Amino acid sequence: MSSALLGDVISAPEGDGQARSTADAVARRSYSKLVAFLAARTGDVAAAEDALSEAFASALIDWPRKGCPANPEGWLLTAARRKIIDESRRQRRGEIAAGHWQLLAEGLDAAAANPDIPDHRLALMFACAHPAIDAAIRAPLMLQAVLGVDAATIASAFLVSPTTMGQRLVRAKTKIRQARIPFTVPEREELPGRLGAVLDAIYAAFAEGWADPGGTDVARRDLAEEAMFLGSLVAELLPAEPEALGLLALMLHAEARRRARRNDRGEYVPLADQDPSRWDSWMINGAEALLRRAGTLGSIGRYQLEAALQSTHVHRRRTGEANWPEVVQLYEALSALIDSPVIAINRALALAELKSPAAALEAIKRLEGDARLTEYQPYWAARAELLARTGAPDEARQAYEIAIGLERDPAVRRFLQDRLSALAR
Amino acid sequence: MVPAQDHWRPNVQYLLLLYASEAGWSKLTPAEQQQGVAAYRAYTEALTKAGVLRGSNRLQPVSAASTVRNSNGKTQVLDGPYAESKEQLGGYYMIDVPDLDAALSWAARCPGASHGIVEVRPIWAMAG
Repeated sequence: MSSALLGDVISAPEGDGQARSTADAVARRSYSKLVAFLAARTGDVAAAEDALSEAFASALIDWPRKGCPANPEGWLLTAARRKIIDESRRQRRGEIAAGHWQLLAEGLDAAAANPDIPDHRLALMFACAHPAIDAAIRAPLMLQAVLGVDAATIASAFLVSPTTMGQRLVRAKTKIRQARIPFTVPEREELPGRLGAVLDAIYAAFAEGWADPGGTDVARRDLAEEAMFLGSLVAELLPAEPEALGLLALMLHAEARRRARRNDRGEYVPLADQDPSRWDSWMINGAEALLRRAGTLGSIGRYQLEAALQSTHVHRRRTGEANWPEVVQLYEALSALIDSPVIAINRALALAELKSPAAALEAIKRLEGDARLTEYQPYWAARAELLARTGAPDEARQAYEIAIGLERDPAVRRFLQDRLSALAR
Repeated sequence: MVPAQDHWRPNVQYLLLLYASEAGWSKLTPAEQQQGVAAYRAYTEALTKAGVLRGSNRLQPVSAASTVRNSNGKTQVLDGPYAESKEQLGGYYMIDVPDLDAALSWAARCPGASHGIVEVRPIWAMAG
C-alpha cells in the first residue's frame, strides 16, 4: 500500500522501533477497514480520513511510551472517535444536530471494544461509485477513500494537476456528506447496475496504471497494483458476482504480460511477438480459474468476455493453434453488449487474420468520421496496418503519421516509426 | 442488505424541484391535462401514505414571475423568471427520507421525471 498515511507513519520522528512497526503493520492491514467503518458511521469520508490519520500520529507518540495496546485497531478507533467528536463540536456543522453525536460516540465505543470491526469496505466503494458522483472522479475517489492513496500520486497517474485533483476529490467527498449518499451495498435487484459502476471505476484506475508499460513510472505502476487489490477485495466480498470475478481475471491476464511488453532494449513488443515464457504463469492460471468459476454463475458480461478474449490470445500464443473464429465471435458478443469503436477496431484486426485485411478495412469503414476516434491512436495504427497489408502504402503512411503524432509512450512511438519506415522501403 | 451506517442519524429533508416545459403543457388536450393532474394526485397520495411528504406546491407559470434585486440601495424589480430556459420550475415536493437513494427513488417515481426533470437538493438543516 503506497498511502499518504503510510508515508506519515514512516516519516514520523524517531520513536520506538517496535511501536512504529506495529503501527505500520496495522496501517497496512487495517487502514481500509478502519476508514470504511468510520466513514460509514459518520457519512463523512473526509472526517474519517482526517481522524484516522491523526489517530495514527497519536499512536506513534503514545505507543513507544506506554507500549503497544493489546487491541491496536480498537485503540485507533477510540482515538479517531475522539477526533471526530471534537471536530464536529468545533465546527458545529449544521447537517447534524448535536444530540445525535452522543449516539454516534456510543456506537463507536461499542465497536472499538469489539475485536472484530465490521467490514464496510464494499459499502464505501458503492458510495464512491454512486450514480450521483461524477463518473470521472469515481476511480480517483475510490483509490483515495478506500486505500489512502494521496492526491498527488493519483493526479500524476490521471494526468491532472495535483491542485485540480485535490479540489475534485474534496468536492466529491463533500457531495457524499451533504447529499447523504448512503453507505450500503445495493439490494439484489439494483446490484448488477450499481456494481457495474464500481467495477468500471476499478478498471479505470487499472487502465491508468497499465498505461505505463515499462513500469518506470512508480505512481502508475502502484496504481495498477492498488486497482488489483480493490478488484480482489470486491471478488472476495461478492464471490457470487460473475462480473466481479471477470474483472479480476481480466486484470490478472493483463498484469501477467506486463514484463513481456518490452524487450531487453526497452522496445515495445506487440502481443503477437511476445515471448510467452516471459508471462507470469501463476497470474494466468489464477485468471483462468476465476473465469471458469464466473462461467458457472450463469450470467455473462463485459469483463468476463474481455477476460475470455485475453484467455484465447494466451492459448493461441502458447499452443500455436490459430483460434481466430473464437476471437471474432467473442468480439461480436462484446459489441452486442457495449457500443464502442474500440471493440470494433479489435474485432476488425481479428477479422484480418480470419478472413483478409480487406474484409477488416471494410468492417471499420463505418467508423470513419467517428469523432471519438480522431484522437485515438489504436484506430490510426490499426488502419495503417490494414492499409499497408492491402497494398495502399500512401494511405497507410498518412495513418501511421497520425498514430505517431497521437502516441504519448516513446517506445510505442518508435515501434510505429519503424513500421512506417519499413513501408517506405 | 443491512445498511453499514447506524440509525443514529436523523432523516434528511430533500426538495424535489420539478422543471418542465410550460409550452409543452399548454399543447396537451384537456383530456391529457386531466390525466397529468391525476398522475400528480396519485403521486402526492403515495408520498402521504408513505409518511414522507412535508410539503408540496404547484407554481403559477413564469409569466406570473417577477424578480427583485437590491443594488446601490435601490430595489430593482424585473418582469419574468430569474433564468430563461427551455424548462421552467413548475413546482416542488419536500420529502423527509433516510438518505439520497430513498430521495432518488421517490424522484424517479414523480410524473415530472417523465415529462421534465426533477432536481434533488438536500435541505440545509440548522443545528439543533
